[in-house]
Amino acid sequence: MTFRKYLVLAGVAVFAAVGDSMLSHGMKQTGSISLQHLSSVILAVLNPWVAVGIVLLLAFFASYMNALSWADLTYVLPATSLGYVLLALVARFALHEQVSLTRWLGIALITGGVGFVAGGPVLTSHGHDSHGHDESQQSECPPFANNAKDGAPAVTAVSSGAER
Amino acid sequence: MKHLYTSFLYTWIAIVVVALASVVGDVLMARAMKQVGDVHALWRRSGLLGVIGRILSNSNFFLGVTAMAGAFFSLLFALSWGDVSLVAPAAASLTFIGNAFAAKIFLHEKVDRRRWMAAVLVAAGVALLAG
Repeated sequence: MTFRKYLVLAGVAVFAAVGDSMLSHGMKQTGSISLQHLSSVILAVLNPWVAVGIVLLLAFFASYMNALSWADLTYVLPATSLGYVLLALVARFALHEQVSLTRWLGIALITGGVGFVAGGPVLTSHGHDSHGHDESQQSECPPFANNAKDGAPAVTAVSSGAER
Repeated sequence: MKHLYTSFLYTWIAIVVVALASVVGDVLMARAMKQVGDVHALWRRSGLLGVIGRILSNSNFFLGVTAMAGAFFSLLFALSWGDVSLVAPAAASLTFIGNAFAAKIFLHEKVDRRRWMAAVLVAAGVALLAG
């Protein structure tokens, strides 16, 4: 796990949590949408909360796909559920809302679950299971990898398959 | 009494449909991205356009997006007549558990005791948080 990969996982959690709450805040302002008035969807998108929420959810989607390209689904999902915990902590300490005992218990359970999965391997599956892509040998070092922009050693970029 | 029973049944059918669509979407997306390969390495080799082109040429990606959109809209429908405080957390919890099974069966991930504990704890935690 490199620092950049931790950043991607944090991005999945934060973008999903903040995007979701901005979207729901905005939708409460615009009111409910019915099938008879689908045009109200367009009005909803004009609400700044909804618009920013959609952008954040697109960012979530990009980082989620990024994470799934080098980590197991059963690693990414629990690891990024820390976003729920983040939301509850923001509600308690930034918005000064009451957080009930049940919700604190929920936070404890999620944190424990993340702890379980974080201590284990990141990747246990093999990507090249069905379609025979011509580049299935992911561990091979690309010939022109030394023009990496951020100056990180090229080996770290391609060794993720062997990372444990 | 009969009305209560049918609404209870419909709500749970909706929850299962939402969770199933989410699991299908997540598994297809995970499979697509495994076929694409580590995007950090791919980005260095062929740039952002190379990454995007590789993703857009993957059929599992489109199937996954379709299933995720299906999950999203079925959740919207379920929320419009179901009980929000039941539908949303129940579907989220079921998705976590379902994904652990599906990842083991369809993605051949090694779901060991550690991963099961994580899935169960997070599923329970999400249920409590929303409740």
